[in-house]
Amino acid sequence: MRDFSYLRATSPDAARQAAALPGAMLLAGGTTLIDLAKCGVAEPDALVDITHLKGLDAIEVTERGATIGALARMGHVADHADIKSQFPAVSEALWQAASAQIRNMATIGGNLMQRTRCPYFRDPSNFSACNKRQPGSGCSAIGGVTRGHAVLGTSQACIAMYPGDLATALVAFDATVHLGDRRVPVDEFFLLPGTTPDKEHAIEPGEMITAIEIPSSIAARRSTYLKVRDRQSYEFAAASAAVGLELEADGRTIRTLRVALGGVATKPWRAHAVEAALKGKALEPEAVRAASLLAVEGAVDHGANHYKIELAPRVVARAILKLGEAA
Amino acid sequence: MTVHARHGSTRHGDASDGASMEAVGGRLSRVDGPAKITGAARYAVEQQLEGLAYAALVESTIASGKVRAIDTTRAEAAPGVLKVLTPDTIISLRTASDWFGTPPPDKPYCPLARDITFSGQHVAAVIAETFEQAVAAAALVEVGYDETPAIVDLSDGKAGDGIPIDAMTKEWGDAAAAFAAAPVRICAAYNTPREYQAPMEPHGLIARWEGDHLTVWEPSQWLDGMARTYAEWFEVPFENVRLISPYIGGGFGSKALALSHGAVAASAAKMLGRPVRLVMTRPQTFTGYGGRAATRQTVTIGAGHDGVIQSIVHRGVNETSIDGMWVEPLGSVTSIMYATPNFSSKQNVVRVNSVVPGAMRAPGENPSAFGIESAIDELAYEVGIDPLEIRLRNYAEQDPHAKKAWSTRQLREAFATGAERFGWARRSPEPRSMRDGNHLIGWGVAAGTYPVRRAYGEAVVRILADGSVEVESSSIDMGQGTYTILAQTAAETVGVSAEDVVVKLGDSRFPRAGVTGGSRLAGVMTGAVHKAATSALDQLVGLAISDPRSPFNTLQANTLTVANGRITAPRGDGPDVSIAELLRRVGRDQIEATGDTMPANSSAEDRYRNYTTIAMSLPHTEGDYSRHSWCAHFVEVRVDEDFGTVRVSRVVSALDSGRLYNPKLAESQWKGGIIMGIGQALLEEGILDRRHGRIVNNNLADYLVPTNADIPDIETISVGIPDLHSSVLGGKGVGELAIVGIAPAIANAVFHATGKRVRDLPITLEKLI
Ligand SMILES: Cc1cc2nc3c(=O)[nH]c(=O)nc-3n(C[C@H](O)[C@H](O)[C@H](O)COP(=O)(O)OP(=O)(O)OC[C@H]3O[C@@H](n4cnc5c(N)ncnc54)[C@H](O)[C@@H]3O)c2cc1C
Ligand code: SF4
Repeated sequence: MRDFSYLRATSPDAARQAAALPGAMLLAGGTTLIDLAKCGVAEPDALVDITHLKGLDAIEVTERGATIGALARMGHVADHADIKSQFPAVSEALWQAASAQIRNMATIGGNLMQRTRCPYFRDPSNFSACNKRQPGSGCSAIGGVTRGHAVLGTSQACIAMYPGDLATALVAFDATVHLGDRRVPVDEFFLLPGTTPDKEHAIEPGEMITAIEIPSSIAARRSTYLKVRDRQSYEFAAASAAVGLELEADGRTIRTLRVALGGVATKPWRAHAVEAALKGKALEPEAVRAASLLAVEGAVDHGANHYKIELAPRVVARAILKLGEAA
Repeated sequence: MTVHARHGSTRHGDASDGASMEAVGGRLSRVDGPAKITGAARYAVEQQLEGLAYAALVESTIASGKVRAIDTTRAEAAPGVLKVLTPDTIISLRTASDWFGTPPPDKPYCPLARDITFSGQHVAAVIAETFEQAVAAAALVEVGYDETPAIVDLSDGKAGDGIPIDAMTKEWGDAAAAFAAAPVRICAAYNTPREYQAPMEPHGLIARWEGDHLTVWEPSQWLDGMARTYAEWFEVPFENVRLISPYIGGGFGSKALALSHGAVAASAAKMLGRPVRLVMTRPQTFTGYGGRAATRQTVTIGAGHDGVIQSIVHRGVNETSIDGMWVEPLGSVTSIMYATPNFSSKQNVVRVNSVVPGAMRAPGENPSAFGIESAIDELAYEVGIDPLEIRLRNYAEQDPHAKKAWSTRQLREAFATGAERFGWARRSPEPRSMRDGNHLIGWGVAAGTYPVRRAYGEAVVRILADGSVEVESSSIDMGQGTYTILAQTAAETVGVSAEDVVVKLGDSRFPRAGVTGGSRLAGVMTGAVHKAATSALDQLVGLAISDPRSPFNTLQANTLTVANGRITAPRGDGPDVSIAELLRRVGRDQIEATGDTMPANSSAEDRYRNYTTIAMSLPHTEGDYSRHSWCAHFVEVRVDEDFGTVRVSRVVSALDSGRLYNPKLAESQWKGGIIMGIGQALLEEGILDRRHGRIVNNNLADYLVPTNADIPDIETISVGIPDLHSSVLGGKGVGELAIVGIAPAIANAVFHATGKRVRDLPITLEKLI
């Protein structure tokens, strides 16, 4: 049997130090980590439980923005009155994620760090080739079942989709990740697979997510998260969009637009091209639909996931138009 | 001779007959509910046994080939490991008979494979002191293979046309000629994927040997059949095997047979001299036994411009495994739903490298209905006739295949009642003509049917000293309500309150029952309990009348009334005593009666065969009648035009299951079938990696079944009438009926909404985008 040690961290520093040791991993809600340990993907020698640390679960919303502690539960953040009013896309992304039971357990820090749902990644006993798990071993997904895989940001080494909803909303609104004193923009926190798909985040051993910070903006206040999937609930996105909108005083010209895509890319995907194309334009269905096609510029499919290339722009367009209607 | 009046004896009507809650026909809630909700119900593998050891399976990672070598060194050295079983080290068993009781070939049986015919086959097992140790050591077993090319599925170039199953051929008239001559012809192919039962409780067992006696705690839809298999494997007398299965967390057809993992656990227990527990992981439940076979059908219909069918030609194919045989009868609904003068249906099975498929809720009827009920919808649009109207125009007044009268067929009533409640008359006929914002709205209809499978059962009913009643039977309750309806049956028959009835099920030491499958159990067991309870009541009343110590002895009555646990003279002019009081006065501590529904002259061998095989099930067309349950489903879908997502927004189903023993439970089963059908239509599919012949979505995060959010309000309406040709008390099958026809009703509604005909299940968004 694989033994591992379990340590209940008493301070953030102690947690960071303990987790810096080889084979050690931070344990928050455990909804990703325990699952991966059962699949044989995660094989920690030591678990450092951070859920008893004090003060890391606060949700603070001021005029400048929101600061959400790494240990805040998904469910609490989704239901927080100020998050709902100031950052509706963040609340909506969270309540459409996972299930109520998981949202009650899972933390914001752990949520950002969740791993791909690539079935080959999750089944080491049957599929030994996986560059994300075992650098250089190859990729079992390419040429296999790819319905859920990414069409954006892929590389020859890995086409795994980043499945999280929250991070998609965060990247749309220029959030930053707090690693103690170090601040990393969310967009830079998530790495493209390139030739090193095993390295997913800009976080170093000995670092820990302590909070995320989302700056306030008019677009964030007028925002939404639209998630499309075959099953109405408890499924990862086939394609999703986090969108925020700020109009000029005329009520129809777009001053600022924020667009990010989920369910289609190897990392939370900011669609700057759509934003730029519509900036200064009138919010008209035709124009919005045409510009939304830019969301999947450069997309590459692997057969069964081709539908994502058609679906994603439609999701973006719908989300923008919905915000436009809700004046 | 004694005659007695019986409380409630005239209540042989339908659900609407106003029966009291506790009588047969009453809406009594599940009597096992509180135990399940509070956690008091102890499931099979939750038994706490002294010295329990734990087993974990090692499965093949290739789909075809041979095991070259198994290196167990590292596993054996792992902490807590007691034994590593491989094909070379596991004890040899004998091959057991199949479920028809066909004598098996006289050869050894090894539940661990050397010849690999599918990915996920059991090749080794590790037994350890703890579950965690067993699982960890199982990962250390190294299996070397010589791999050969696999036939992955029906579309594999190597699959071929398969094996014709002549027994499935049904023909009358000249179907080909009539089709060629028909003015309107449609022809289309319909496919269903591999689907899985996905019960909440995974398969598993605890096996314990005491000398040559084996006790198995295992969720089971068929204690006596499984006990027979274990007995044959281990060459011990049938009586030496005891199966215990008081509660079952869902079966849907998958828990009726003893399977290879059971043989592994029982072998390990025997080899170690310790009880062994083995529970499948969720991924193993996708390959450890078979789900519904993937199917392909072609349906061609020749008709007049009036939509009247002149010919149906149907060809079907289902997958089976390389060395097992599973026939999913694809022509079963095709051949009886509509009247046609000319008909031809044939079926092949194709061997592929998969686990042998198995029974899953309405095997045969379910995919069969997807074919014919989609095809007739296509015909309706082709000739421009309302899909409901075309079904009525082709209504089969008798069984077109057996050429016998229906015992009862309330399908016309189902169409009428369902249409009325759904508001079908307001449907706008053109596809894409109903819309709400981004949603295209579609209305679809389809019919379903399931045959009445009949067999015999046996039960003991005891009237105990305190006046309560005890029922025992080796039948089972996997959530469908056996505990409850048998309590109702005994309560009504004896004349006590259902609260005063204790029903004991799920132990093969109890009086015997056949398989809980094919929706037969309620009809079989209410009959047996009714008979046993009647004879217990006869004894009670007999004692009351004739025993000199009875207060009724001097009455000179030839009939007494037993109701609410009290015995009275019919006109209320004599004593009024409780059952308990009577038993006390006459000095009896209980009355016991066994009842069975077997033919009177049945031999011991007949009984054994009846309870341990399905060979004695009565054909549904036996005698003068053809017996089936029927239903009509009306479904509304909303399809997001941009996204291709389908949501079912309304279901109204009218169903004929004959008399309902408990309408509340019947509705719950019907709704369960409808929900499962929604999953089948929109979500469920085993997704195969064709390079490896392996299902990759083998877990409940990736194999999608509906959530509550996917399910709208479902209205079910009973249109049945008692059918005494089908069962003693007039009921027909309930459990499987309602899933039949849901998938085509949804596909038809999707066509109405979008103008796109999806003939490949499930209807996922990329098919509509
Ligand atoms: C069936 C299922 C469905 C799901 N569906 C969705 C969905 O639809 N959308 C969605 O967005 N998510 C979904 N999820 C993912 C879920 O949201 C994550 O599992 C959860 O957010 C992880 O949080 P946790 O606290 O449980 O993390 P843990 O499992 O405790 O940790 C996850 C990882 O993060 C690391 N970690 C944890 N905290 C920190 C920290 N403070 N700093 C650095 N590293 C840390 C751990 O070491 C570990 O590697 C689903 C999960 C499951 C099991
Ligand atoms: S897509 Fe990435 S995660 Fe999946 S198998 Fe390939 S390398 Fe591994």
